[in-house]
Formats: sequence, structure tokens, C-alpha cells
Amino acid sequence: MLRTALRNVLAHKARLIMTALAVLLGVAFVSGTLVFADTTANAFRNASARSLQGVAVSVRADQASTAPDSAGGVAGKTTGALDTALVRKISRLPGVDAVRPTVHGQATLAGRDGRPVNADATGQNLATNYLPGKDGKDSHFPMKEGRGPASEDELALDSKTAAKAGYRIGDTVRLATDGPTLSKKLVGIVALDDPWGAAGGTLVLFDTRTAQKLFHHPGQFDEITVAARTGTDESSLTAQVQALLPKEGARATSGAELAAEQSAQIAESTGYLTKTLLVFAGIALFVGVFLIANTFTMLIAQRSREIALLRAIGASRRQVIRSVLIEAALLGLVASAGGFALGLGIATAMRPLLNTTGAELPEGPLVITPSAPLASLAVGVAITVLAAWLPSRKAAKIAPVAALTSVDLAPPARALRVRNVLGTLLAGAGVLVMLHVSTLKGTKESNLLAAMLGGVLTLGGVIVLAPLLSRPLITLAGKVTTRFFGVSGKLAKENALRNPRRTAATASALMIGLALITGLTVGAHSAQHAVAKEATAGLTADYKVNYSSARGLDADSVDKVARVPGVAAAAPITMAQLNTRGRSAVITGTDPKAFGKVARLDFRAGSLHDIGPGRIAVSDEFARRAGLQIGATLDAELGGGMAGSKAAKRKLTVVGIYAKAPTVDQALGTRADVLPYSVTKQFDNLLIKADRGRTGGVERAIRASLDDSPLLQVRSQEQLVKDNNEKVNTVLSMTYGLLGMAVVIAVLGVVNTLAMSVFDRTREIGMLRAIGLDRSGIRQMVRLESVVIALFGAVLGIGTGIFLAWAAGGLTRTSMREYETVLPWDRLGTFLVLALMTGVLAAIWPARRAARLNMLRSIQPS
Amino acid sequence: MPLHVTAPTRLRAPSIAARATDLTKVYGAGETRVVALDSVTVEFGRGRFTAIMGPSGSGKSTLMHCMAGLDTISGGSARIGDTELSGLTDRQLTKLRREKIGFVFQSFNLLPTLNALENITLPLDIAGRKPDQEWLELIVGTVGLAGRLRHRPSQLSGGQQQRVAVARALAGRPEIVFADEPTGNLDSRSGAEVLGFLRDSVRELGRTVVMVTHDPVAASYADRVVFLADGSVTDELSAPTPEAVLDRMRLFDAKGRTS
Repeated sequence: MLRTALRNVLAHKARLIMTALAVLLGVAFVSGTLVFADTTANAFRNASARSLQGVAVSVRADQASTAPDSAGGVAGKTTGALDTALVRKISRLPGVDAVRPTVHGQATLAGRDGRPVNADATGQNLATNYLPGKDGKDSHFPMKEGRGPASEDELALDSKTAAKAGYRIGDTVRLATDGPTLSKKLVGIVALDDPWGAAGGTLVLFDTRTAQKLFHHPGQFDEITVAARTGTDESSLTAQVQALLPKEGARATSGAELAAEQSAQIAESTGYLTKTLLVFAGIALFVGVFLIANTFTMLIAQRSREIALLRAIGASRRQVIRSVLIEAALLGLVASAGGFALGLGIATAMRPLLNTTGAELPEGPLVITPSAPLASLAVGVAITVLAAWLPSRKAAKIAPVAALTSVDLAPPARALRVRNVLGTLLAGAGVLVMLHVSTLKGTKESNLLAAMLGGVLTLGGVIVLAPLLSRPLITLAGKVTTRFFGVSGKLAKENALRNPRRTAATASALMIGLALITGLTVGAHSAQHAVAKEATAGLTADYKVNYSSARGLDADSVDKVARVPGVAAAAPITMAQLNTRGRSAVITGTDPKAFGKVARLDFRAGSLHDIGPGRIAVSDEFARRAGLQIGATLDAELGGGMAGSKAAKRKLTVVGIYAKAPTVDQALGTRADVLPYSVTKQFDNLLIKADRGRTGGVERAIRASLDDSPLLQVRSQEQLVKDNNEKVNTVLSMTYGLLGMAVVIAVLGVVNTLAMSVFDRTREIGMLRAIGLDRSGIRQMVRLESVVIALFGAVLGIGTGIFLAWAAGGLTRTSMREYETVLPWDRLGTFLVLALMTGVLAAIWPARRAARLNMLRSIQPS
Repeated sequence: MPLHVTAPTRLRAPSIAARATDLTKVYGAGETRVVALDSVTVEFGRGRFTAIMGPSGSGKSTLMHCMAGLDTISGGSARIGDTELSGLTDRQLTKLRREKIGFVFQSFNLLPTLNALENITLPLDIAGRKPDQEWLELIVGTVGLAGRLRHRPSQLSGGQQQRVAVARALAGRPEIVFADEPTGNLDSRSGAEVLGFLRDSVRELGRTVVMVTHDPVAASYADRVVFLADGSVTDELSAPTPEAVLDRMRLFDAKGRTS
């Protein structure tokens, strides 16, 4: 049977090529992911090993838990456990070669053009101390140009940061850590070979005293790393260091432990990426299953007489099944081997590709562990054999007597009843689960699992029901094709309807990809819509001014900004906790007059102008919950909630009730009433209305009127929405790319089905040619069948995708108050057009083959 | 000899539906060169039922294919009515087949996806012509399919399927109908029915039919039998009976053996 199987594979090379390609692509995705994961993990490990080289012990100060301290230092960094005295003590321990005390912090730079560099990613704008050794140089930061910073007026940058900000040696660099804007002279540029500076951030180096002053206290550090002399035992040294530390506030870790910690972290983060990629690879393979199953079903139908002959001369059913499965396994093996080779290419290309999105993955040699090729081959073979299993059972059912009939009998159209019942149950269960999900709120794990289950059930149900659905939908499409393309259109419809299972399997492959793409697109679009609505609903302000750090704006800032030419109104916004009648709310404090110009509130009773000292307005929702009416006087507790702010009792009168709006909290009062009780005693932000027609250039003037700190953000509402949209679009494009493989395989499936169908219908096509259908008519017929199948898949996919997105969308409603399903018609239209074009493209080759068939050979009985 | 054979036909049939003059068909080149038709001259009278007979490899199918515009010709001339086939492009040949020729094949004559009526009107659909309802009813009545027009081919017997094929060949009132072994796959009763309809279409509806067959009984339904051997017309017979056809065939066999 092995020989028969081998002969069959070789004899049907051309017909198996699409199937082999599908397996190859799926496996390439899997193996590419696996090799990429191993390679990246290895590169990260190497990089971390390099940075840990020579670190025998690391002492790190714990995060301080208390808020602002009396010493005037910056709030809540680390405990002061690591000081100069400790450094000295550690360096005197036997076996210690060198000690490196460091200070860490964050600093945001202003570029040469005055604009903040990388202001949004404050967590990655790092700063530390330059620590010159005996030779006056810091081996951690090899100097590329200039010298290390030596005084408070100097700093050094790493070369990437300097390039990004456009600074050269000798320039004055403006930056902010957390407080006021600082200006320092750039004296050195260092070359950085360290994963630390990666991930697209910036790095600033100060001399140790300055760093301590900015981020800590003089004489105190965040971390001390210890290098040991050769032959010193790391763990005993660690114990010795630990003994020197105070009981609380710091911890010593050996270099080995640190390395282990880091590799665990690396494994976790690359594991997450790998899992995500493997999910998409799995989708691609799943789509491939339809193609493989279709191919084997068609091959077996074409070969039924041959199989019947085998059975007639004594082959058992099992032998027939085995022969088909061996054929599948051989195909899977060859295709997977090719797939693995292609996967190596994908793995190599993945790093530069991801780096263009700002991932900055470290460089390293391609790492191929034995498990990657083994897993790839196993997956490829298993998928192919599994997909061929059902068709092989059909092959076994062919009766030996079929060998004796001279006419090709069309395979009897088996009843789809069982399938339809199963599909209805599956889809019904899926829809019920999704309807339940649509009532849920929040992205709890159980909710997500329910949504996933519902999604899989619904998709599965639609796949099983696809043959049933194909009749009405394709008949409908056929009406159009017949109307516009006459007999070719009619024949195309009939051909697409001829074998509902084949059509359904082909369309399902396309459906899966499109359902996911549509679902994600609808979700993302709705989220963008919600964000835009939340950001601008009721807001008429042109700009929002705030600091990107935790800092607020000073009380006098609002007057400064209000005096800027072109600014029509500036409303300060501050917030405080408000407790009354057993309810807890947030009160916004502002200047009611200015606020009326930057926001639109819909007052149910009273008005904005009624708000004054001791007089507040509340939202209708809060009024209902707390049982408040106009004129009600309440004993309120203002402030509190956060450490360091004390609550105070005030008597407040309700003078207005407004419709709940995303721009304001549950209550609205004057700045004077609220500001003293806010956490920072500062304004959170300013909302600014520009003079009509004066929006351009005002931004710079507003910056200039304040401290022009790199941390200061002056953003127009449009910009806010645009920034968010860009972020969502980036994620969406990446997902499109990842789902692209599944779509490509589905398109191969369409090509495959058409090519096989053309082969099946050779004599029909010959007859049509004989009775007068010309070549272009034949081509048109094949092309339209392809388009009809592709559109069928697209309609199913888009429909399912919209339903799933609608049902699961509710889960985000807790984080996005304004979320509602909004259909991106333009995108959905694009998907349909793309599906149509896919149909046309997929038909090119099969249609050409059909049109070029030798008519005489086709119509003559073989 | 061929000239001598065709002369009486021309006298009896004032109008010619199709004519081959020195028609030659050569396959391959060099060592594999095969002359399938060697300068064949033959005419098919309008309103006549002509059978082409000959042993396997005699060139009878090739002659039909060339005359019907299914295959290109290597030399000589083939005409359908006034149209010369040699030199026509594929597109022109397709148009010619669509407009002037009807076909009945041995097997796989119908599209399984269309019902009987749709199959019958398929050539008209392809040509974008409206069927002539009266004519259609007449044909359908003649072939006895009135009750089965909504059936798919798979729901019809082999004989019924072939009757649908005959009806389809006649539906567009083609200049000439070519039938290639139309009874090859049928039992003798169904075969007799189909042949009867072909004959009726000539005698009662005035159509022109050319049928390729190797069955003397089938040939006996024709008005005239043309015999082919080794790519040449060797003989012909008018108002044939099965016995007469069989006798001529035996003669060829004998000749074939002695030569």
C-alpha cells in the first residue's frame, strides 16, 4: 500500500500542489514562530548576560511606600537604605573587586526644536549617574564623543537619544525630571550596548551628585552592584553583603539569581509573544484543513473506479484507508519540510520587521533547537493526515462493483440532514452564549472565556451550516450573475451549487479569516468612536493642557494662559473626593464662567451661572442616587481618600442639576471650593478655548506662557483622538498582517477547488465549447463561480464577525462608557470588494486552464 | 472514385448542407505523422439523414469533427452552407457552431446541473437568442419529453437523456446536426427510439442530420450511408437496410484482409 500511496502522490503532483502549498505556509508560520522565539530568547539572554557580566552581587533598595518627605527630595522613590557608608563597607569585604553604586530616575528631554522627545513614554525616558572609575571613564558607558558629566551643569546622552533630539556636544539641553525645567550642557555622547536603553526610550547621564539631588538624597543610591575577584564564592559573598544591610529597605541578590530572574522574565515576555503568534499560525493551519480535506475528497471521487478496482481484487477497507492516509502523510511530510525551510526565512525576517514597529529586539544568531523542526514536521503531518481522515473513510465505502460500471456516476448527494441538525445546535448554542455575553460587563477572565467559547461555537456552527446556507445565498448571487453575464453567470451559479460541501468548505476557509478580521475591525472602530465621543462629547475646548508626569499646574497658571493672545477662555480643572449622605463622588472644581466656554452641559435645573462659593451643581444620576434636589443643603466631607490629604466638613447647596456627561464628574463647584481639598492642591489640567480662527500657533504661545517644560502637554482634542486612533490602527494593521496568512491559504483553497472542478468537468467544458460557448465564455463561467464562492465566504464571514463583535463589545463598556457598536461601512465595503477581487484573481489560472482545454479530447469518451 | 460516388447524390439533392472537397487531415509530423483524412470529397444533402460508417481508425470521427468545426483541417476545403471553414479563427468557428450546427454525442451530452428544458435551450442561451416556443414545443413533443422537462439528467434514463440531447441539437434550427455514435451507450430499444427521432426530425421537420456510427442497424435508419476506410471514402449506399450495410462492411473487411 505504501507503493500505491507513493505512486499516487507522484502521479497527482499538479493536483496536490495547492494542498502542499497550504500545508507549507501553515507550517512555515509555526516553525518561523518557534525559531524566532528561540532566537529572540537567546538574544535577550545574551544581552542580559552581557549586562550582568562581572556582577557578583546586586543590592537593590526597596520601593519606599511613604509619600512626600520633609527633606525636600522627590516623592516616593526608594528607601534611603543604600548610602555612601554602606558602599564603603561593602567595598572593604574580602573578595570584592569593585563596587558600583547607581541612582535611577526618569527625565524627559526637549528636542533641539523645543518639542518634547518621546513624551508619551515617560517610563522609558531613563536617567542614571555616570560613574567614572580610576581612569576617569565609566566602563558601562563607553564614551563616543566628549567626556563624562562632572558638574551639576553638565550631562551626557547616549548616541541614539542625541540623534533623536538633534543635539551635539556643546549644546544646551533642556529637560525635566519631575519638577521645573532644567538646562544643562551636553558634554559627552556614549555608545550604548545594553538592553536597558532599548525599547525606543531615551537615556540621560548626570554626574552622581546631580543624579542624587534630582532623584534621591545626597549620598544615597538605588542600587549597588558588586564585582568579585576571581575565585570568590558568589553566594557566600552575597550572604556577607546581606549581613551588612539594614534589616529593612534593601535586598542583596547574587549575580546568578539575578540572571535567573531576568531569564524567567525574558521567557515570560517572549512566551507571550510566541503564544500570540502561534494562535495566528493555528488559525492559518485550521484554514488549511478545509483545503486539504477538499483536495482528498475530490481526489478520491476522481479515483473511485481505481479504488473500487483495488477493492475488487482483494484490498480491504482498512488497506484503502491506510493508503489514503499514507498518501496524506507523505504529502504532509514533504510540505512540512519545505515549510520549515521557509519558516527559517520568516524567523530571520521577523526581527527587522518587528523593529520597524519600535520593538528594538536584540541581535543574535538564528537558534534552531531540535524541538522546532520536530514540532513543525509533526504539526504538518498530523494536520494533513487528520484532514484526510474523513475523505479516506469515504474512499473505503466505495463498493468494489463501482469498478465495473462504465459510466461515471455522480456521487450521490448524501443527505445533509445530520449535518444541518448538528450545525443548528452548534450555531444555536454559540448564539445563545454570545447573547449572554452581550449582557455581561467587564473584561473578567470568565467573561472572556465565555466570549471565546461563544465565538468558537458560533463560527463552528456557521461552518457546519455553510452547505445549507450556500443554496439561498448563492441562488441570490446567481440571479445577479445571470442577469449581467447571461449563460456564463447561470452556469457559474449552478456549478457553485452543484456540490454544496465543496463550495461550503472552500468558502468557510475564507469565512474564518474574514470573520476574525471583521470582528476586530468592528471592535476597534467602535472603540475609536467611543474614545472620540468621550474626548469631545460636550467639550468645546480647543486644547487641553497638562503635565505628562503626576505633577499638576500651579494656581497662577490659569491667569498666565488666559493672558495669551488668541486664548478666549481658560478653565482650570481640579478634582476632589466628595462624600455625602453615604455616597462617594468626585467633584470637579473650575471657573464656571470660563467652563461655560469650553464645555457644554445640559442643565435640567438651575444653570452654570448659579454655581458659586458653597453652591454646587450635581449630575442627574448622582442626584437620583443620593436623593438630592435643587435647593438641598448637604453636609459634605471634602478631600481625603489619599494619604496626606485630610477631609474637611463643608455645607454645600445644590443649585443646579445637569445631565450626566463624560467631561465632568458627579458634581461641579468653584475652584476655590474644590482646590484646597484636591490631592495635589494643583490643577489637573486647563481646558482652553481659542479665539475663532486663531487655533494655529496658539499652542506655542501657551507653552511659552507656562514653563515650556518637556513634560508639558498642549494637545488639541483632534490630536488626542488622532493619537488614539493611530495606536488602535497600528494594532489593527499588525493583526491584519498576522491573519493574512490564513486569508492567503483560503485563497489557495479557492484556486484549488476551481482547478479540481475544472478537471472534474473536463468533458462538460468540451461539450459547452462544442455547442458554441467561446473561450471567454468558459473563462467567465469559471471566474464567476470563483467570485460567487468568494463572496459567499465573505458575506458569511463579515456577518458572523459583526455579530461576534456586537456581542463581545459590551465587555469593554466598563472601561469605555460611550462604547456602542459602530459599523465601519467603508472598511466592510472594502472587504467585500477585496473578496470579489480575490475571487477574480483566484480564478485566473483555473479559468485559463478551462479555456485552453483540448475540446476534442475532452468530449471523446476515454 | 470519390467523384464517381458523389455524382448521383448531387443529382438527387438539389441543395447541399455541407460539403468536403479534397479534405485532408494530418496529425503529428515526421515519424509520428498520421494521415487521418486523405483528400476526402463528400457532400451532405439538405433535408437528408446521412450516416458515415467505417471501421475504427477509418477517419469517420475525424471527418465529422472537421466538418463540424471542432477540429482544424490540414488541407482542402470544408463548407457548412456557404461558409468555408478553413481559415476561420477559433472565435469564428465557435460562432459558426453556435449558429449553424447542432451536436449529439455518444455520452456526457448534458449538463448535470441544468434540467431537461434548460439543457435543450442551452445553445440558444449561449447564443443569446430567444427560443421559438412553437418550434420548441414541436420538438419536445416529437421526442416525447413533455412530462419530464423539469427533471435533471440524473433523474432520466440513458435513452431519455439522449432524447434531450437530440432536442437540444434541434432547438436552434441549425443548418446541420452532427451525431457522433448517438446510440453507443444505449440499449437497443432506447437506441431505436433515438434513431427514430433523428429520422423523424429529417422526414417530418426537414432537418439535416449527419451521423457517425459503426452499427449497421443504426446506419439503416439513414437515407444514405457513406463508407470510409483508411481516411478515404470508399463507397456509398442509398436507402440502406441493415443487411445491405453489413454486406458492404464484410466486403471492406475482406478487402482489408487481402490488401
